[in-house]
Amino acid sequence: MTDTELRVSKIENGTVIDHIAGGQALNVLAILGIDGSSGEEVSVGMNVPSDRLGRKDIVKVEGRELSQNEVDVLSLIAPAATINIVREFDVVEKHRVSRPESVLGVLSCPNANCITTENEPVESRFDVLDEGVRCAYCDTIIRESLAAHISVA
Amino acid sequence: MRHDYLISAKQLSRGDIEAVLDRAAEIADDPGAVAHAHDNDLLGLLFFEPSTRTKMSFDTAMKRLGGDTVDMGSVESSSVKKGESLADTVRVIEGYTDAIVLRHPSEGAAKLASEFVDVPVINAGDGAGQHPTQTLLDLYTIRENAGFDDLTIGIMGDLKYGRTVHSLAHALTNFDASQHFISPESLRLPRSVRYDLHEAGAQVREHTDIENVLEALDVLYVTRIQRERFPDENEYRQIAGEYRIDAELLEQAKDDLTVMHPLPRVDEIAPEIDETEYATYFEQAHNGVPVRMALLDSIL
Repeated sequence: MTDTELRVSKIENGTVIDHIAGGQALNVLAILGIDGSSGEEVSVGMNVPSDRLGRKDIVKVEGRELSQNEVDVLSLIAPAATINIVREFDVVEKHRVSRPESVLGVLSCPNANCITTENEPVESRFDVLDEGVRCAYCDTIIRESLAAHISVA
Repeated sequence: MRHDYLISAKQLSRGDIEAVLDRAAEIADDPGAVAHAHDNDLLGLLFFEPSTRTKMSFDTAMKRLGGDTVDMGSVESSSVKKGESLADTVRVIEGYTDAIVLRHPSEGAAKLASEFVDVPVINAGDGAGQHPTQTLLDLYTIRENAGFDDLTIGIMGDLKYGRTVHSLAHALTNFDASQHFISPESLRLPRSVRYDLHEAGAQVREHTDIENVLEALDVLYVTRIQRERFPDENEYRQIAGEYRIDAELLEQAKDDLTVMHPLPRVDEIAPEIDETEYATYFEQAHNGVPVRMALLDSIL
């Protein structure tokens, strides 16, 4: 690990999400549904210097290995993110996020007249487009400010 | 098209459309031939919004096929008033009927309903989303009056919230049709429809002034601009007045222009047009019966 990563504490077992665009760390946690209420140890570094991104955020989650499906949704707001799975202080897996075909239950539809905003027993579902996402129910396309539509925050 | 449901005009291929229109033409020629084709079939009519033409023509279509309908009635008199979800309502109704026709004020309602039931769901209008069966009768009317070859069509009025417009524009991408969209700036096609038309390789030609394109049109499809889309009465009146068709305006049009409207109309087509050769909107409404008969016949 680099000195920068050490600055926000080293984890023994868990997941390090690196190369998050500066300022997006809290949105990453929101998308993953991690708010500390279930006791995870979470370290967050925001706007730390990065050769690749200039400034980047880092999130470290102790005791939880995030699956590829869980992290792919991060590609919507942190396409450059890298995922490091750590066991006994060593990085044992390292991979990038890839764009999923659809995202379930993460975003809320901005169309107030969409059936998913009513009291119905469905999760929101968005198909991922080349640019933005599209509500699978009402067809509304979101291209800008995706993070503002995160429903699990 | 998957014949077990019809949710969006985006599902419809040219083959799907032509199959329904051909069958509708056969039925229109000889309705007696199918008078008992669906003697034991029961169609559920769930209209969460007011409807005259769509509801009555589905009712008529099912009965002319020998079947029958059961009607939820108004929202005010149903369990919806008690707060029942749409998902629960349709799961109950599927136990009573062989198919469900659903109109609902929310976009995506028919899609959601189709995910909760095993009987076919037909979208009879979902908010400002889609109205695919209206599109089938619109296409039937276009084929009868103008044909699809080298068709130039103008679609005018409320293109943003008009569900008949969205479905028609999608379906027309299957044909060799040049589509022109005429509306005030604030009521242009929504991003999602523009995206789909672009993906389908269709050109989106937009105009704010009907006079710029009128003389090139074979079909003019007029829709109602609704008062509630505007913050103040004056702005509404001014804009609605600019998108009104009258005899003087149509002097610039081709003699064989076909003027269509999904109805209801308020002021957007002057009554003086009704008796001219241009007016096709009442014929269009009547076509709802054979077209919906053909659709039900293929689904049930």
